[in-house]
Amino acid sequence: MSVELFRIDDRLIHGQVVVGWGQPLGVGFIVLVDDEVRASDWEQELYRMGVPPSVAVVFASVAEATAQLPAWQADGRKGIVLTGDIDGMTALCAGVDGAIRAVNLGGIHFREGRREKLRYVYLTDEEAAKLRALAGAGVEITAQDVPTGRRVPLAELLG
Amino acid sequence: MSEPLTGVVLAHAGLAGALIAAVEEIAGADHGLVAVSNIGCDRAAIVAHLEAAIAGRPAVVFADMPGGSCAFGAAAYAREHPDVGVVTGVNLAMLVDFVFHRSLGPAEAATRAVATGRAAVMPIGRTGAGAAR
Repeated sequence: MSVELFRIDDRLIHGQVVVGWGQPLGVGFIVLVDDEVRASDWEQELYRMGVPPSVAVVFASVAEATAQLPAWQADGRKGIVLTGDIDGMTALCAGVDGAIRAVNLGGIHFREGRREKLRYVYLTDEEAAKLRALAGAGVEITAQDVPTGRRVPLAELLG
Repeated sequence: MSEPLTGVVLAHAGLAGALIAAVEEIAGADHGLVAVSNIGCDRAAIVAHLEAAIAGRPAVVFADMPGGSCAFGAAAYAREHPDVGVVTGVNLAMLVDFVFHRSLGPAEAATRAVATGRAAVMPIGRTGAGAAR
């Protein structure tokens, strides 16, 4: 499949994604799945600034991504699919019925009510339960901020 | 005379603090610069840090990578605050120059910082200035 990475990262498109993952994977496209960004020309223009011209950027709602995922997976180029939160990735996984086998936790940062699991992953109990449910549905979930970092399995992450 | 500009250096890891320490070595302590790191921050947290650092004053935010979370956070903040300019690709030369031009308006100071920062990036030695000597 040509989508090399499904990633949850609340910074969406940024250096770790474009350079950290994009360079070693040799990606040709990045899909940003976020209903709010999809509806904002300003946000889209901003995120395009972060991507070199050689890499295509697609902005999609969760519903659009659900419909388009087979085409992205058949694309000859390598790609990254990003959501900004667990709910977005959960909805995408549910919509494509088993087509997503692995999800990378790349950045879920501190907010009130979240507890630190890793330097770059903070979760509420509810979010942890959602990730457990996703894993229970057959999706391999690991945390890894950059390719040179250690892949931390969900079981270890949640202790 | 209007209030001198505040400069916020917004960067990954410890870069902002290190740059400001370098400015202080060169230009002294009265620099008007504040460091903000993006460590552990999503965009909302970066914006909250900028709110605290700027505190309603006219300011220029100096972000590091043009396509990074710092730049995006700064752009989102400045969108709601017309008296705040944003420059990406921060370097030491533009910060040192800024310290001595804090009486400018935010937009003018941002434009000046871009010109100063660009002018400071050049090849020297065997590949650049003085290569033919």
